[in-house]
Amino acid sequence: MTTTAKPAQPVTTASPARRRGAAGLALRQGRLEIRQFLRSRESVVFTLGFPLIMVLIFASIFNEEIAPGVSYTQYFITGMIATGLMTVSFQNLGIWIPIERDRGVLKRYRGTPMPKWVWFAGKVIMVLVISVVMTALLLAVSVTLFDLDLPSTTTAWLTFGWVSGLGVTACTLCGIAISSLARTARSGSAVVTPVALVLQFISGVFFVFTNLPSWMQQVAALFPLKWMCQGLRSVFLPETFGADEPGGSFELTRVALVLGVWCVIGLVLCLTTFRWTTRRDG
Amino acid sequence: MRVGRTLDGMSDDAAIRVRGLRKTYGESLAVAGLDLDVHRGEVFALLGPNGAGKTTTVEILEGYRQRDAGEVRVLGVDPADPPRDWRERVGIVFQGTGEFDELCVAEVVHHFAGFYADADDPDKVIERVGLSAKARARTHTLSGGQKRRLDVALGIVGRPELLFLDEPTTGFDPEARREFWELIRDLAAAGTTIVLTTHYLDEAEALADRVGVIAAGRLVEVAAPNRLGNRQEALATVSWRTPEGTLESAQSATPTALVAELAARFGGEVPGLTVTRPTLEEIYLTMIGHR
Repeated sequence: MTTTAKPAQPVTTASPARRRGAAGLALRQGRLEIRQFLRSRESVVFTLGFPLIMVLIFASIFNEEIAPGVSYTQYFITGMIATGLMTVSFQNLGIWIPIERDRGVLKRYRGTPMPKWVWFAGKVIMVLVISVVMTALLLAVSVTLFDLDLPSTTTAWLTFGWVSGLGVTACTLCGIAISSLARTARSGSAVVTPVALVLQFISGVFFVFTNLPSWMQQVAALFPLKWMCQGLRSVFLPETFGADEPGGSFELTRVALVLGVWCVIGLVLCLTTFRWTTRRDG
Repeated sequence: MRVGRTLDGMSDDAAIRVRGLRKTYGESLAVAGLDLDVHRGEVFALLGPNGAGKTTTVEILEGYRQRDAGEVRVLGVDPADPPRDWRERVGIVFQGTGEFDELCVAEVVHHFAGFYADADDPDKVIERVGLSAKARARTHTLSGGQKRRLDVALGIVGRPELLFLDEPTTGFDPEARREFWELIRDLAAAGTTIVLTTHYLDEAEALADRVGVIAAGRLVEVAAPNRLGNRQEALATVSWRTPEGTLESAQSATPTALVAELAARFGGEVPGLTVTRPTLEEIYLTMIGHR
């Protein structure tokens, strides 16, 4: 408790390994997670590279106008930012946590005095940092190569912030939750990738949402990605485009509501189903 | 506020006390009413065949599994719901290695040291487990034995009072095993209480102050390795060849007298004379019901 209680502590053991406060532990865990992410080639290529490559390909192929003053490119890029946020949070965690669980990494953390929340905080910090980096890269490419305009008003930037923040939070919680479905390290991506791909196709990323069959629109409306895309369109597309949305406006209140509900669902699933060990470990 | 390894306010010398421990998985009974006492400062080996309940027992003691019944105290605490400070005092080396493929040895050990209030110097710990030359190597490039050393480094970096080692040398070559044993002896000499599970008799014999033989979820005997199964008191078997050439043998509590008598009968050398006692392995196999 106090240093005076341990007068005989040798100087050499004191410096490198003294325990930090709670915030320090979380930051340190976040730094380690980011380092692990950046050193893993698959993570960098699939998570950071995928949205960039898709933007470069699709935005170069298609550039017709889909509404007055709105090109497909702009529509697609906003969808790709939403997809990127989902990839960094939902797919990244849903694939990597089962691997770490299978390797015994989680079990090992549980055997230390580390408070459990520190591990989750580390993952969240990693997701947030990588999300910001990825969004910045996508915007840089889109603004330089594909005439996307950055938001010009403070309101638009604020909307950009809360839609992204809420979306990433919902997807992070769902990614942690779905990680418990995978029985082995390998099955993580088999569980997560199809879900993510289907959502991308039905949520208005590759195709203009209102061109999809209405049953498909209704299914998509149950999940976060459709609302993340819609929220981001309100940021990057002209205000007039709101009339072309399925609800006749960008429906930001509903965006906040659906994403908020998914945060709650994800949190409840995390708290009830999270496993530190594999099934065969009991 | 620990002053020493053992003088932390615990009046009794029990590191572990277990009474009537039971655990079932579905229909099968993994631990069937196990009693166990481990004293502070001793090296205790849980010896038993695969599936005897060693790992289940140890994982209950480590707080990873919930028991169905029984009383368990580890360093005076119920591991089913341990306070955080308890984790500071317990080191764990699991059966499987936890791999951090993207990190190097030093990064992992330094990171884990940061979880403990009273951690050892990570670089010294790396040196102690013999990984200094590999400190900058990514953990996935380590050999099996080196990975195990890293596991031990993570188990001891918090300077635990009690260290669990679950089958620490499975898959080691003989030389790596000897080196590993030296490391365990060092830790024991420094006062760490050590509980290790093993299915190697020689390992239990080489390291443990006391051995608990576990079979079918029960502790069938606890004794110093050289006293296991009353090995010292066991009858010796004296055998020799008769003048007709047939092999004769007799069980005796006083083999020296019998040999003297035989020597007198033969007037000197006794042809084909052997005196044997049951080996530890024979006693062990009898105990676990393989004979």
